[in-house]
Amino acid sequence: MADTNDQAKADGTTDKAATTEKQSSPLSGDGASDEPEGPWTQQSIDIPEGPLEETVSFDTYPADQVGHEDLGIEDEEVLDLLRSMLLQRRFENRCRQMYQQQKISGFLHLYIGQEAVSTGSINAIRLGEDSVITAYRDHGMGLAMGMTPEECMAELFGKETGCSKGKGGSMHFFDNERKMMGGHAIVGAHLPLSTGIAFANKYRGEDNVCLCFFGDGAMHQGAFREACNLAGIYDLPVVFICENNQYAMGTAVDRVVSKPDLFKHGYNFDFPCSLASGMDVFSVNKAVKDHVENYARKGQPSMLEVRTYRYQGHSITDPAEYRAENELDQRKSEDAIHRLQQYIVDHDLATNEDIDAIDSEVQEEVADAIDAADAADFPDDEAIYDHIYAQEDYPFTT
Amino acid sequence: MIPKSAPGPSTPQSEFQIPHSNDMATLQFREALRAAMTEEMERDENIFLIGEEVAEYDGAYKVSKGMLDQFGSDRVIDSPISELGFAGLGIGAAMNGLRPIVEFMTFNFSFVAFDQVINNAPNMRYMSGGQFDVPIVFRGPNGAAGQLAATHSNSTEALYSNFPGLKVVAPSIPDDGKGLLKSAIRDDDPVVFLESELMYGMKDEVSEEADYTIPLGTARVAREGDDVTIVAHSKSYHVALQAADQLAEQGYEAEVIDPRTIKPLDIETIVQSVVKTNRLVVVDESNPFASVASEVTHQVQDRAFDYLDAPILRVTAPDTPAPYAPNLMDEYMPSAEETVDACRRVLYAE
Ligand SMILES: Cc1ncc(C[n+]2csc(CCOP(=O)(O)OP(=O)(O)O)c2C)c(N)n1
Repeated sequence: MADTNDQAKADGTTDKAATTEKQSSPLSGDGASDEPEGPWTQQSIDIPEGPLEETVSFDTYPADQVGHEDLGIEDEEVLDLLRSMLLQRRFENRCRQMYQQQKISGFLHLYIGQEAVSTGSINAIRLGEDSVITAYRDHGMGLAMGMTPEECMAELFGKETGCSKGKGGSMHFFDNERKMMGGHAIVGAHLPLSTGIAFANKYRGEDNVCLCFFGDGAMHQGAFREACNLAGIYDLPVVFICENNQYAMGTAVDRVVSKPDLFKHGYNFDFPCSLASGMDVFSVNKAVKDHVENYARKGQPSMLEVRTYRYQGHSITDPAEYRAENELDQRKSEDAIHRLQQYIVDHDLATNEDIDAIDSEVQEEVADAIDAADAADFPDDEAIYDHIYAQEDYPFTT
Repeated sequence: MIPKSAPGPSTPQSEFQIPHSNDMATLQFREALRAAMTEEMERDENIFLIGEEVAEYDGAYKVSKGMLDQFGSDRVIDSPISELGFAGLGIGAAMNGLRPIVEFMTFNFSFVAFDQVINNAPNMRYMSGGQFDVPIVFRGPNGAAGQLAATHSNSTEALYSNFPGLKVVAPSIPDDGKGLLKSAIRDDDPVVFLESELMYGMKDEVSEEADYTIPLGTARVAREGDDVTIVAHSKSYHVALQAADQLAEQGYEAEVIDPRTIKPLDIETIVQSVVKTNRLVVVDESNPFASVASEVTHQVQDRAFDYLDAPILRVTAPDTPAPYAPNLMDEYMPSAEETVDACRRVLYAE
């Protein structure tokens, strides 16, 4: 494996990134992400020394390799990306608070740190036509897809106005209209569903695709293998995206995987495979666009590993003591939101003041969502019997 | 008045006679099921069939024979031995607008896909607050089929009936097989459709009426009688009919009720019969603990306790895995003799 620092220096990213250290950030002071400590020396993507196997090749999408213009993203749209990422972070920071205030119960798995993955991916698809399915760490994906903070917060509060009418909670965000096919709480169980979603698209002769997100922990389920094999034999338009945030609960990825470059597992199925940095929204965007347009829309399933990091413990109750000292700080120094803010300023797309203004707006929006969720009603007791079967008069006998 | 404990809306009235018209053909059970799938697939192109060996091999039990030729490989799809995977594929496709029929080579293998069948299919509508339909049918042979030993003899009806969101159907005669399968395919909920390997060759009259369906949740009173009620589904139904014949020779008229669907269960029809006969025996080849027989027993005592003249008896498999040896297997399966004995006991005929 290449030394990542050297790799970073070699492509010049270190120096450029280092300048951002001094940048003030509107994210400081909220408890979730303190001021970055060091330069962005840690490329979040370890680029394996190639060629690894004579017969295979793979694309890598390290951070800081492409800009918005290369991706055909308009200047204003860059601010939308930032807005989306800020919204996710602000929303989830308030979730922690709301959990402490016991407005939210159940499991609460936060996505903080991974926002570039959701935002970069969603910007690469045709929203409302292409489908997205993900695991239980689903708030960020839902918000990136345009689900409103209000319906999301209401769901967390268990209110009838929630995106799943208070029946799903944190782990089960659904939005049929946006083709958010759910957050799913059984590790690995949604991977076969993604093949079916893609199957339906192909069956109808549409060129819509399905993005299937899952964690590094889900890779070890048999469902992963079965889903990949089915996608391979039926040529299904699905992109399997492993969001490698380095841990499955307290289990570091290298403790439980015999082939640590997770994207390479796709080779077992003859998939095109790639590795992308999840700490740069543009890298994710390019990787997903490539996979969607070059493969999925042409009926070729593929595998993408996005290396990212979750800042919080596995769930709200996990203090994450299994992490090495300074590990989190090091990772935060690569924060995708900081990176994008810096990019925006460097490219004169907006000023720090403009960014602050967006952030304030977003915080306001989240505060309003909390108020609305608070004010909303819990479902009627009778609602326990709703949505079990298609017919409303299904006879209950016990 | 029949006491009712639950407020639930009433189930449709069951037919006391099989509505045979002139449009009848004599078909094997498997042919009746095939006719149902074929007619539905002709009607709605969103329906497809997937499973191990369903296409090129014509189906492990030949239920889908010829369907590949008729519908092509886009709609009649061989899958790898990957129950978890293809069950999940079906559910995802159902969430995205198709109407899959998933064949398990036998329901014993559905346990490999258990997570999909019980955790994904029935929960999706509920957890999404009603946003996603999962119109899928999981079908295939259920229960013991001769001497296949413990891993290949499971009766899964009670198990799957335990999960709200699933419907469970278990027909006993070819005509019901056709009418109920068509309803199952049209249903917007996931349906577990249980056949029996030993019934596939059974021949009987089957309706050829256009659009012939039997609503889920309607029991069939197969034989009328005043002395004792026997409730039995699937293979056990045939055991019950034999027992009824033997009882008739002894001067007792048994009423035989085939619930046809386990969930929803047409408890009204069963209760009406018990109100008439005051005695109930349930025949069910499942293991007895927490079985369909236990559920029927509970519900009847709940609703018609005052009408019972004897404790309800069950005739089931013993609480053991299914054996291999032929004599042990005979011991394992509910028999007409045991059923007759049980009926005589509730009749206090000894
Ligand atoms: C089948 C199953 N086994 C165990 C669990 C408990 N569990 C919930 S999340 C989790 C870790 C999953 O890690 P990963 O897939 O990497 O996702 P991440 O939390 O990193 O987003 C485990 C073990 C579960 N939900 N489902």
